[in-house]
Amino acid sequence: MGVKAESWQRAEIPGPKKALLILKPEVVVAMVKRAKRPILIVGHLAAEDYSDDVKMIDYAIRMSKTAGIPVVATAHTISEFIKRGFHSAAYMHAMDIGNRLKDPEWKGLDGEGPYDLTLFMGLPYYMEFVILAALKHFSTNLKTISLDRYYNPHATWSFPNLSVKDWNESFKIILNKLGGK
Amino acid sequence: MTKKGINLKIKELKTNVALVKDLELAIGRVVEEKWAEQMGPTPFPGITTLREWDMKLLQRYKPFYLPFCDVCCLCTFGKCDLTGDKRGACGLNMAAQQSRIVLLACCIGAATHTAHARHLVEHLIEKYGGNTPLDVGGLNIDVEAPVTRLVCGIKPETLTDLEDALDWCETEVTHLLSATHTGQEGSNLDFESKVLHAGMVDQVGMEIADMAQISAYGFPKGDPEAPLTEIGWGTADVTKPVILVIGHNVPSAVGIIDYLKDKGMYNAVEVVGICCTAIDMTRYSSSMAKIVGPISWQLRFIRSGLPDLIVVDEQCIRADSLVEAQKIKAPIIASSPKNCLGLENRTESPAKEITSDLVNGKVPGVLILDPEKVGEVAVETVMAVAPKRNKFKIIPEIEEIIKAAQECTQCNECMRACPNNMPIPEAMKAAAKGDLNPLAEILESCVGCARCDSACPNDFPLHSFMVKAGEKSLMEEKFKIRVGRGAIQDVEIREVGGPIVLGEIPGVVALVGCANYPRGGKEVAEIAEEFAKRRFIVVSSGCAAMSMAMVKDEEGKTLYEKYPGAFEAGGIINVGSCVSNPHIAGAAIKIASIFAKRKLRANYEEIADYVLNRVGAVGVAWGAMSQKAASIASGFWRLGVPVIVGPHGSKYRRMLLGRKDKEEDWYVYDARTGDKVYASPAPEHLFTAAETKEEAMVLIAKLCMRPNDTTKGRAIKLTHYIDLHKRLYGVPPDDIHLYVRNKADVPITMKDEIIKVLEEKGWKEKRIPDPTLLPRLIRKRKGE
Repeated sequence: MGVKAESWQRAEIPGPKKALLILKPEVVVAMVKRAKRPILIVGHLAAEDYSDDVKMIDYAIRMSKTAGIPVVATAHTISEFIKRGFHSAAYMHAMDIGNRLKDPEWKGLDGEGPYDLTLFMGLPYYMEFVILAALKHFSTNLKTISLDRYYNPHATWSFPNLSVKDWNESFKIILNKLGGK
Repeated sequence: MTKKGINLKIKELKTNVALVKDLELAIGRVVEEKWAEQMGPTPFPGITTLREWDMKLLQRYKPFYLPFCDVCCLCTFGKCDLTGDKRGACGLNMAAQQSRIVLLACCIGAATHTAHARHLVEHLIEKYGGNTPLDVGGLNIDVEAPVTRLVCGIKPETLTDLEDALDWCETEVTHLLSATHTGQEGSNLDFESKVLHAGMVDQVGMEIADMAQISAYGFPKGDPEAPLTEIGWGTADVTKPVILVIGHNVPSAVGIIDYLKDKGMYNAVEVVGICCTAIDMTRYSSSMAKIVGPISWQLRFIRSGLPDLIVVDEQCIRADSLVEAQKIKAPIIASSPKNCLGLENRTESPAKEITSDLVNGKVPGVLILDPEKVGEVAVETVMAVAPKRNKFKIIPEIEEIIKAAQECTQCNECMRACPNNMPIPEAMKAAAKGDLNPLAEILESCVGCARCDSACPNDFPLHSFMVKAGEKSLMEEKFKIRVGRGAIQDVEIREVGGPIVLGEIPGVVALVGCANYPRGGKEVAEIAEEFAKRRFIVVSSGCAAMSMAMVKDEEGKTLYEKYPGAFEAGGIINVGSCVSNPHIAGAAIKIASIFAKRKLRANYEEIADYVLNRVGAVGVAWGAMSQKAASIASGFWRLGVPVIVGPHGSKYRRMLLGRKDKEEDWYVYDARTGDKVYASPAPEHLFTAAETKEEAMVLIAKLCMRPNDTTKGRAIKLTHYIDLHKRLYGVPPDDIHLYVRNKADVPITMKDEIIKVLEEKGWKEKRIPDPTLLPRLIRKRKGE
């Protein structure tokens, strides 16, 4: 596993506040377990990356089922959830969900109150980069985690740049350990 | 409007009463007013004149800032960390800093188009005379300058008349730019208001440029039957000497064509172009000029060695064009004061001397600021250089690529530099085994930036590898594009104005902008055809107009061959280059003016209110890249036209988003009664970035809804929105209840399904207002 806090796209120079590295997948497990109101945002690349046999979206579904995390599918990703028989995902334009998460008065999808942890996966790197930046600057009470296999510096926590193999291994550990929640 | 300038100079005058020396008397202008329409409330508006209108828009469409950078480095106090709620040394916070950067981008865009117009108008006045009449459509177009009339309150009739509006543009851009100085504007919303002003200035600047060139050069004048012309790499006859022109400002290209005509040489030289100069060149002569492709085709075509001489003018030209030209041993001529490339200014040198220096390789290129001289030097040089060059190229042979691929260390630096994260290392792995197809596939989506080349630690020319891999399909690129027609005719507006305002033509989709696409240009063609088939009006310009042309169906036809070029339901219209965009804004304005008879002259706020509430138009800049694209978009926002950009557009740092879950944001006045009426979130956003083409299509259909839609019109628009949503998302939309005002709005074919949804949502019938955001337009108040 790589350990550098280096943006995947070289010119995406962030700072001074940068994401903490998720060096052990257990960090994600602990964050999710500690969160009172987590939410998972899944972009369209989740149905394309990273390998032919298992896609990110499959992990998203298992994560949602295992830990009871509500899912928001962005763009047309909802169709991919439905194809996989997962019908409980909400869907929203990526900019809309970002804008709502920024709003401390937004009561969430269920009207029960604001979220305290947002997990992202499957958005184009640069789009996730700027949405995470918006949340970092304008939604300081919200913790964010980037679950893609690329270091995304505007999250609160992010994986470093990982190989597909290491990313898969990490997710398997996350899903196994989340089962206890 | 006609005007005369009087200048009287007397060196020495002896009279009985006095001796007068060096008397100089100047009367700037005497304006003879011919426009009967009464002057409206906001002629030549200053930077705060329309601030109230802006704040109405910004109250509903609040900025969502997406900081692209955490610090400010614009003054020596900095760098300042603006993270979270921190403020910089000057007191500015992150929201204001982001809006300030957006304003800077829009000022750059507006200045670029205004300066483009200024150079063009000055050149055309010098060449054709200031009294050259403006004629953009003969008897078919009475409202020749809808944007300029609306914004400035003048009705220009000659080239000289345009200078008043240009003076105003230049003043406004200067004021706007000054607001970004340290210690000036401090409010993010006021920065945003200025962004909208910059966009409006930009629209005027562009309109002036296109009116001037249409009138003076005789481009097609609002012609729905403008001829089809050729586009694509494979259309160039490379057995001839090839001149490649790149840029946006057409006089140099015209100089080349005119010289070829004058000398009877039009069969001797092939003139091809990239980007908007190419489009405008074909508007000048569709028989003597060809389009290679959009902006992203620059490197691939140059490196192929096919151009024997390159002429660059201004805007969106690669800054390394001189370096790349030298690599293929092709001389380059810079022809714009804005893009001198470090070359010696040879404008005053005799043409033969310049030609000799270029042909003999004494200099790699020259700067010539005289379009006619560019024409002569370019043609004479290319004739002598082409045989010497023998199409020298720097595209490697397959064996070289395989050898390099075998040496590739899979460090991933190319992929990490690629804007679209293309799997170049994987493609190199395949190439090492002799399979170049993955490299060819990447080229199909490549934006042509060549950041992969720069990033490669082995200095492999990866972009050239892709070009070689895709060479066969590049050579086969032969398409048809309709020549830019210019303005929309008044008679067309009369015919479609009603159906658009009532919602029976479900919308006008304007596909504009650059070529920074996430997955190649074919997505633009897919979007265009989807909406043309659905009987929307599809309008295009610039690189988007080119990308739309570069896809064929099974019968080998492009969209421009399959769909009519008229501004009508199901039409696909190419208005022209970047500076032709105001014809699209102008069509919306003319719907208000010609169809609805709203006063046009300097009456911006009322017309924008009309467009926002009634004209279902949406701009889509799928590959928006430049600052010009930012200012073009902002010109549409202020006019009430929402704009969708592709995913890379999220890097513009700010969206203008509505919140459909906040009912209080969606009330309008009913102009009949003065009541405040909930009008549904239509249009929901003023500016947003879509993640995929599927999402863009759903958004387009949705953002075409307007409060004024009749029940029949709303039902048609809902049909498209719901149908696309179901097809592309696999589910019906979850907000149908917000857009159904009464049961007559429900599409008949979806009645049972939607009524069930309405019941589940506790839907209540709503009133259809005569919508306006402007209290002064209320005709009768309660109790009157």
